[in-house]
Amino acid sequence: MMAEYSAFSLLANALKGNKDWKPAWRKPDPKASYDVIIIGGGGHGLATAYYLAKEHGITNVAVLEKGWLGSGNVGRNTTAVRSNYLLPANTRFYEHSMKLWEGLSHELNYNVMFSQRGCLNLAHTPAQFDDYARRGNAMRHLGVDAELMTPAQIKRLIPALDISSDARFPVVGGLMQRRAGTARHDAVAWGYARGADRRGVDIIENCEVTGFLRDGDRVIGVTTSRGDIRARKVAVAVAGSTGRVMRLAGVETMPIESHVLQAFVTESLKPFIDTVVTFGMGHFYMSQSDKGGLVYGGDIDGYNSYAQRGNLPIVDEVMSEMLALFPGLARVRMLRSWGGVCDMSMDGSPIITTGPLPGMYLNCGWCYGGFKATPASGWTFAWTIAKDEPHDFNAPFTLDRFHRGLVIDDKGQGANPRLH
Amino acid sequence: MLITCPYCGPRDVIEFTYQGDGNRERPDPASQNFEAWNAYVYDRLNPAGDHNEIWQHSGGCRAHLRVVRNTLTHEISSVAFVRGDHASAARRKAEDKA
Repeated sequence: MMAEYSAFSLLANALKGNKDWKPAWRKPDPKASYDVIIIGGGGHGLATAYYLAKEHGITNVAVLEKGWLGSGNVGRNTTAVRSNYLLPANTRFYEHSMKLWEGLSHELNYNVMFSQRGCLNLAHTPAQFDDYARRGNAMRHLGVDAELMTPAQIKRLIPALDISSDARFPVVGGLMQRRAGTARHDAVAWGYARGADRRGVDIIENCEVTGFLRDGDRVIGVTTSRGDIRARKVAVAVAGSTGRVMRLAGVETMPIESHVLQAFVTESLKPFIDTVVTFGMGHFYMSQSDKGGLVYGGDIDGYNSYAQRGNLPIVDEVMSEMLALFPGLARVRMLRSWGGVCDMSMDGSPIITTGPLPGMYLNCGWCYGGFKATPASGWTFAWTIAKDEPHDFNAPFTLDRFHRGLVIDDKGQGANPRLH
Repeated sequence: MLITCPYCGPRDVIEFTYQGDGNRERPDPASQNFEAWNAYVYDRLNPAGDHNEIWQHSGGCRAHLRVVRNTLTHEISSVAFVRGDHASAARRKAEDKA
C-alpha cells in the first residue's frame, strides 16, 4: 500500500489547508461477530491486531478497549527499549523485539522516534561488575551487542554523573548495550492502531468487557458495555487487569499480582544525558526526552494495587537515588508523576500462550518490561492465535511452567512478584 | 498510607514490610501433594477490592499483622495480629504432641 504519511503527502495536504487528513483510525460500531476478538487496546493488543492482519491475513478482527486507545501502560511507561537479559529464552525474545523496533517506523509508516542511544547499567562493586561481564557474555553468545565500560569511558559518555570515589556508591564500571534506546510510546500505539485499522481491523473504544460467552468450557465471545460480540477466538492482552478479566471467565487464581509502578518527569532542560542510565545499587533508570524533560523511575511500590497512583515513600526513594548519581540535579523541579498497574508474574517473565480455556488466548505477566516487548509480543501472540500453537520465541512462556518447575527467573528472586 | 498497628498505633507505611498475600494456605510440611504446594507458592487471587494481606511492623514492634486493604483505593479496613490464629494454633499443636 502507498505510504499515507510522506514528504509529498505533507506538502500536498499543507497546500490544501490540511483539511483532507483522514483520522488515523475509524470509530466503528461493533459487529455481531468476528474471527478474533482482542481484549485490550494497548500496545500489545494493537500490535497483535496489526500482525494478525499483516502476517497471517486475518482481518476480521476487533480490538475492544475499555477506555480510550492507549490509555493504559503504553502511555505510562518510561519508554526504554533494550534486550540485555541473562537467560536465553528472554534474550531471544527481546532481541527479536529489538530487531522489529529497528525497522518499526518504516514498517508502520509512522515515526515512532526510535532512538538507539544506548542503555548503560552501572556497577558499584567488583562483584556486580563480574556479574555484568557474565550477562554481557551471555548476550554476546546469542548475537546481542554488549560491552563493558570503565569509569573513565562512562564519565566521557555522561559528564554529569558523579563517578568520584567519595560518591555514596562509587561507580566501578558498567554494561552498555549500544543498540538499546527509547521510543515515543504514544506513537507506537497510534502507529499500530492505524496499521491495523487500514487493513480492516475494527478498533472499538469505550467498550468494556463485562463477561464471557461460553459453550460448555469453550469461550465463544464476550458480553460488553456495547452488547454481545461472538468470535471464534478470544485473546486477552490486558496487562494489569489480567486478574479481573480472567475472573470474568471463571479463572480464580493466576500466577500474577497487580502492583503499581510510578514514573516521573522533570521540567525541560538543555541536553543533559544522551543515553539511558540505570543505577546498580538500587532501582533507578533515567533518560531525557526530545522535549528536554528527564524521564525516570524506580521500583514498584511493593504492595498489591490497581490504583494507578502510588505513595510517597517510593517518590522519596527514587529522588534520593537520582541525587546519588547526579548531585547536580538537586534543584531541578519535578513536573509530573503518575502510576501504572503492572502484571507482576511469579518469575518476572511473561506469559504468551493458548488457553487456559478452549477458544481463549492469553498474553500477560509483563511486570514492568512490557513496553520494549510490544512488537515481539504482538508478533508472537498473533502467530499463536493464528496457528493455535506458540512460535519458538514464545514457546517457553507458558502459563503452566510454574506448576511444572520450568520458571524463567532472570533475576533469581523466586516466587516473589514484588522483587522482580 | 498509614497502618494502625494494634500495639503501636497509626504509623507511616515506611515502617512496615509487605509480606504479601494473606489468603494462601501453606500445606502441611509433610504433605507430598505437589499440586497444593504449587498452588501455595505460585497462584494468587489478586482481587481488585478488599485484599487480605500480611504486613510486618519491621520498623516498630516487629509484630506480624493481618491487614485488609482495598487495592483500588488503598483504604485499610482492619488490622489485627496474625498471632492469635496461626502462631497459637502451631503452639497448640506442639503442646498436643508433648
